[in-house]
Amino acid sequence: MKLVTAVIKPHKWEEVREALETFGVTGMTVSEVSGYGRQKGHTEVYRGAEYDIALVPKIRIEIVVDENDVADVTDIVVKAAQTGRIGDGKVWVSSVDSVIRVRTGERDEAAI
Amino acid sequence: MDGYYAWMIVATALVLMMTTPALALFYGGMSRSKSVLNMMMMSYVALAVVGIVFVLWGWSMGWGADGLGNSNGKLFANPFTMWALKGVSHGNYIFVLFQLTFAAITAALISGSIADRVKLSSWVTFVIGWVTLAYFPIAHNVWGGGWLYTHFPNLDYAGGTVVHINAGIAGGVLALIIGKRVGWPKEPMRPHNLTLTMIGAGLLWFGWFGFNVGSIVFTSDSLKDPAKFSTQFYGETGVTFMNTSLATMAALLGWLLVERILHGKATSLGAASGIVAGLVAITPSCGAVNTLGAIIIGALAGMVCAVAVGMKFKLGLDDSLDVVGVHLVGGILGALAIGFLGTDKSPQGVDGLFGKMNGLFYGGDLTLLAHQAMGVLFTIVVSGVVTLVLGLAIKYTMGWRVTDEEEVEGIDFAQHGETAYDLHTPTGGFGGSSPLASAVAKEGVSA
Repeated sequence: MKLVTAVIKPHKWEEVREALETFGVTGMTVSEVSGYGRQKGHTEVYRGAEYDIALVPKIRIEIVVDENDVADVTDIVVKAAQTGRIGDGKVWVSSVDSVIRVRTGERDEAAI
Repeated sequence: MDGYYAWMIVATALVLMMTTPALALFYGGMSRSKSVLNMMMMSYVALAVVGIVFVLWGWSMGWGADGLGNSNGKLFANPFTMWALKGVSHGNYIFVLFQLTFAAITAALISGSIADRVKLSSWVTFVIGWVTLAYFPIAHNVWGGGWLYTHFPNLDYAGGTVVHINAGIAGGVLALIIGKRVGWPKEPMRPHNLTLTMIGAGLLWFGWFGFNVGSIVFTSDSLKDPAKFSTQFYGETGVTFMNTSLATMAALLGWLLVERILHGKATSLGAASGIVAGLVAITPSCGAVNTLGAIIIGALAGMVCAVAVGMKFKLGLDDSLDVVGVHLVGGILGALAIGFLGTDKSPQGVDGLFGKMNGLFYGGDLTLLAHQAMGVLFTIVVSGVVTLVLGLAIKYTMGWRVTDEEEVEGIDFAQHGETAYDLHTPTGGFGGSSPLASAVAKEGVSA
C-alpha cells in the first residue's frame, strides 16, 4: 500500500477529482493548505508598500492506493493538474504499513 | 429658518455616522484580522467618551457662549462657565451636538496611527486629555473667537486645521512615542478586508456632506433679514455641496493615476484612500473656492497623499493606517490652497473674514496665504506639544502597550476577549492568520 500525496493549484482541484473518480478512486482526504515552491509566492502592493506574500494557497490531496495502482493514479493526477506554468505543485508517494477501516475493522488491502 | 434647523439635525446625524460606523469600517478593514475589533472599538469608544466630555466642559472651552462663540481673544476659555451646557438654550443643542460629532471624529481619526497595540484604558485616558487640551482650545482659537481668531483670522470652513491637521500631527507624534508594532516593517501587515474599507470610505463621503455643507455660518445681515438668510442658505450650501463632490471625485482619480504610474495597478485601497484625501483637502476650502478650484485641490490632494503615504517607511514611523500621510498632508494642502485659489466670488469671499478676499491666482496679495499658514502652524504646534506631553505622561505611568505576546496573538482577544471571525469550516478553511493554518503550511513545504 502506498500513500499518494498531491499538492496542486486550487483551480485544478475539480479536474483532478473527476479524473480520479473516473479511474475508480473511491475516496480521498483533501485540505486547503498554503506553501510555496520555486515560484516563491507573489508581491502585493498596498498604498505603495510592496508586501512579499510568501505563502500561496494550494490544495493537498491524500489517497491511499494499492501498490498496483500507484503509477496510474500519479499519472492521472499529474496530467489533470498540469498547466505547464510555475507553481503547478508536486506529487509524492510514500509507503504505508497498515490501514484499518474504522467501521468494520477490516485491514490493509481490504480496507482501501 | 425652520428648514435650516431641520437640515442641521440631519447633518449632525450624518457626521455621527462618519465615526460610527464609517471610520471604524474604513480603519477596521485596513487592520489585521486579529485586531479589527480593537480598531473599531477605538472609534466607538472615542465617540462615547468625547460626547460626554464635550457636553460637560468641551462646549464651554471651545465656544463658551449661547451662540457661535465666546470672542474673548484668549488662548483658552473657562471650562466651567457653561459646565454641562448651563445657560445654553435648548434650540442651540442642535449646534452643540453638531460640534460634538466633529470633536469625536477628530479623536477617533488619531487611532489609525496606533493600530493593533494599545490598551483601551490608555486610549480612553488619552482621548479625555487630548480633546480637553488640544481640540477644544484649537476649536476656540480657529472658530470660537479665541486668540488666533482675533489676531490671525483664517479660513477653515469645516475643520481642515481643527480636525485634520490636528488629528494628523497628534497621530504622528503618538506613533513616535508608542513605537512600532512587533515585526513592522519586515512582516507583511496588509489590510485584512478591503471590502469593509470600501464601504467605510463610501459612508465617509456620504457623511461628509453633513460635515461640510452643515458647517455654514450665517452673516450678521442674514441673521437679521429672513430673505437674506434664505439666499445665503441655499446659495452657500449649493457651492459647498458641489465643491465637496468635485474634489472627492478628482482625488479618487488622482490617487489612482499616481498608483498606475508608480506601481502599475489602480487599487481599491487607492480609490478609498483618494476619497478620504480629497474630502480632507476640501474641508477647509469648500466655501472659499470655485468649481475649478475644487477640482484642482482634489486632484492635487489625491496625487500628493498617494506619494506621502510612502514617507513613513523612510522615517521608520509606524503610522499604521497613514493618518499623517492622508490627514496631516491633505489638511495642510487644503488650508494653504485657499491662499492661492481663494476667490471673492465664493460664499466666504463675499462676506468672509477679510471682506473682499482673493488668493494669489485671483489677483490677491500674500495676506490670505500668510493667515492660512499661521493657522496651520498654530495647530501643528499646539496639538504637537499637547500630544507629546500627554503621550509621554501616559507612557511612563499607566503605559501604552499590550505585551508583545498579546500583540502577536491578537489584541482583540487580549483586550476584549473576542475574535472577529469564525472562519473554521469543516473542510478546513483556516483563517489567514490562524496558527493552525501556518502549522498546516509547514507540513506542506515540499510542495
